[in-house]
Amino acid sequence: TGRTGDRTRNWLWGAPQELVGVVGLEIHAQIHSNTKLFSGSRVGFQAPPNSLVSFFDASLPGTLPVLNRRCVEAAVMTGLALNCTINRKSLFDRKHYFYADLPAGYQITQQRLPIAVDGTLTYSHLGGRKRNEVVTKSVRIKQIQLEQDSGKSLHNDYRNQTLIDLNRAGVGLMELVMEPDMSCGEEAAAAVREMQLILQALGTCQGNMAEGQLRVDANVSIHRPGDHWGIRTEVKNINSARNLARAIDYEIQRQMFVLESGGTVQNETRSFDGKTGHTIPMRDKEGLQDYRFMPEPNLPPLMVYEACSTAPPGVAPSQVVVLEEVRERLPELPSVRRQRLVETYGILPEHSFTLVNEDGLMDYFEAVVRETKAGPRKVIGWVMNELQGLLHQQNLSVSQSPISPQALAQILNLQENGQISSSIAKQVFQELWKTPGKTAQQIVKEQDLGMVNDSTEIYRICQKVVDSHPDQVQAIRSGNKKVLNKLMGLVQKETKGRADPVLVRAILEQKTS
Amino acid sequence: MYVVVNYTRRLQTLAFNLGPSRYQGVTRASITSQDRKSKQNLSCFRWTHLITLVHQYSTRISNSKPCQVPVDLVDKLERLALVDFRNQEGLACLEKAIRFADQLHVVDTDGVDPMDSVLEERALYLREDAVAEGDCAEELLQLSKNTVEEYFVAPPGNIPLPKREERAAMFKHAEF
Repeated sequence: TGRTGDRTRNWLWGAPQELVGVVGLEIHAQIHSNTKLFSGSRVGFQAPPNSLVSFFDASLPGTLPVLNRRCVEAAVMTGLALNCTINRKSLFDRKHYFYADLPAGYQITQQRLPIAVDGTLTYSHLGGRKRNEVVTKSVRIKQIQLEQDSGKSLHNDYRNQTLIDLNRAGVGLMELVMEPDMSCGEEAAAAVREMQLILQALGTCQGNMAEGQLRVDANVSIHRPGDHWGIRTEVKNINSARNLARAIDYEIQRQMFVLESGGTVQNETRSFDGKTGHTIPMRDKEGLQDYRFMPEPNLPPLMVYEACSTAPPGVAPSQVVVLEEVRERLPELPSVRRQRLVETYGILPEHSFTLVNEDGLMDYFEAVVRETKAGPRKVIGWVMNELQGLLHQQNLSVSQSPISPQALAQILNLQENGQISSSIAKQVFQELWKTPGKTAQQIVKEQDLGMVNDSTEIYRICQKVVDSHPDQVQAIRSGNKKVLNKLMGLVQKETKGRADPVLVRAILEQKTS
Repeated sequence: MYVVVNYTRRLQTLAFNLGPSRYQGVTRASITSQDRKSKQNLSCFRWTHLITLVHQYSTRISNSKPCQVPVDLVDKLERLALVDFRNQEGLACLEKAIRFADQLHVVDTDGVDPMDSVLEERALYLREDAVAEGDCAEELLQLSKNTVEEYFVAPPGNIPLPKREERAAMFKHAEF
């Protein structure tokens, strides 16, 4: 556009704007079903090669596709959960390309008229300076379509051959296409995490990225706000939400560097290398593919009906997918669950966010609350700080925690009963982590950590501290109340943390008044 | 978006009449696996498909002029669909087929919904999600001449189609 363009831009938008990233995601979610999309062979992971393959999957002549009802219901349920419009009539097409893991030479997909369109995915992530504010955003879902998965190819560079396993060929996929409403890796990772949680809650996809049940490709470009979109690159080979964020951020930086050095970004496909954190151009891409889409001649249109009353009369119920019924079966979605936790237990939204986000943490929390008389607010503090702290430090998941919810509940009960002080409780927690075989009671007994209830003893110790620190006492008497904490610390050190802090404070205050 | 060619059946008939004569009366389902391997295998669907593709590029061309298929397009079609037009006669055949199909534009289709197939009003059968097939690895592997430990063997990546001149040299002794 040259100078005139720059001037117009400056007039419209003020000073030249910063380059920002534009990120769109394509998610392929493997449908959680017993059999494949168009054949009756089993869906399984890590089975003997080519043992889960029917004649249709191997594309033998004379075989025809037969649609799996469960896959249709899964796509409809996912569409409803994402606020999509479900197309009452959707069509199947063939997408042609040659590759050894696609035996038919085409993939049956829904390009013209997919089963669901125009939805929204609302996601949140912890932002703000201290990363404890729940920031909510949304991304538009362009469409959801049913399609076949391809087989797996294992490359043996040594012998210059590729080994083909068709177990995965024909498995049902839901392709979720999102509009490029995101601008950075963090947003994309949060969106994918939310999608994972939703799909897992619905049961339509198990969402394990490492096992390939959820595959994400990112389309990344950069531009100045108000300008046309820049050239985009596609980034593939991402196997976790964390790597997704890394890959996108790297690609945005790389494109900015290219533009700032005067180059142009090329429209290409790049592969993410997890070890280096870089994206590398993928070779073996023969320019722009022309997929020669054509209607799938062996499948008539897929019809879904709003209610039983609108379904054609005299048709067996197993042959009809009814939206009303699917809607009734929708389970509690993560966003609803977070709200419920806040309302039921009175915890903060950011805590509720973390509880739902981490696998198993919500169940752990609820189990502890059930078994202890301590309030949920106290429990959440322990779960967020003590438990999460040690889990993160040792890189463990909640299910691997050496302290069970019952054990934590016991510690809290001891504290509630006045048998141990709060600082001792934390100490017991640490001890129990190292020696999970014991109970909290045993540890308290063995190490003599019980609360010192003998008031004469406490009185004596307080007196000793007061007597040996006349300067501090003087400071307190002349108005500096904060010094009292120091004296409290000294008393606690004497009692090895076993004194009731409330009692100690009261005694000290009385002595220094 | 390609132009959905109405009356697919009609076009299939055209293809039968204009395509290589040995495919008269042959339907897709009866093509045996041997035929599949034959170099001259142009299924009727491929022909229909090619005509559809060329239509996409030539819909702007007025119906009164004879259709000329540019050489780039011919190369592209050969690469995408792995068909071989072989020589000028083959191309002339294609152009005649397109010209014949162009007659469809004479029909007034205002207010008529496009049709994909004469069977599209049938109900789509929905299968129950129960395992009924598979577990026949041995049978399937026997069909391939090159296997390694229950995997099919393929060359690494697609083998690029040889250039036109090289192909001509390869097939100068071929039957057609």
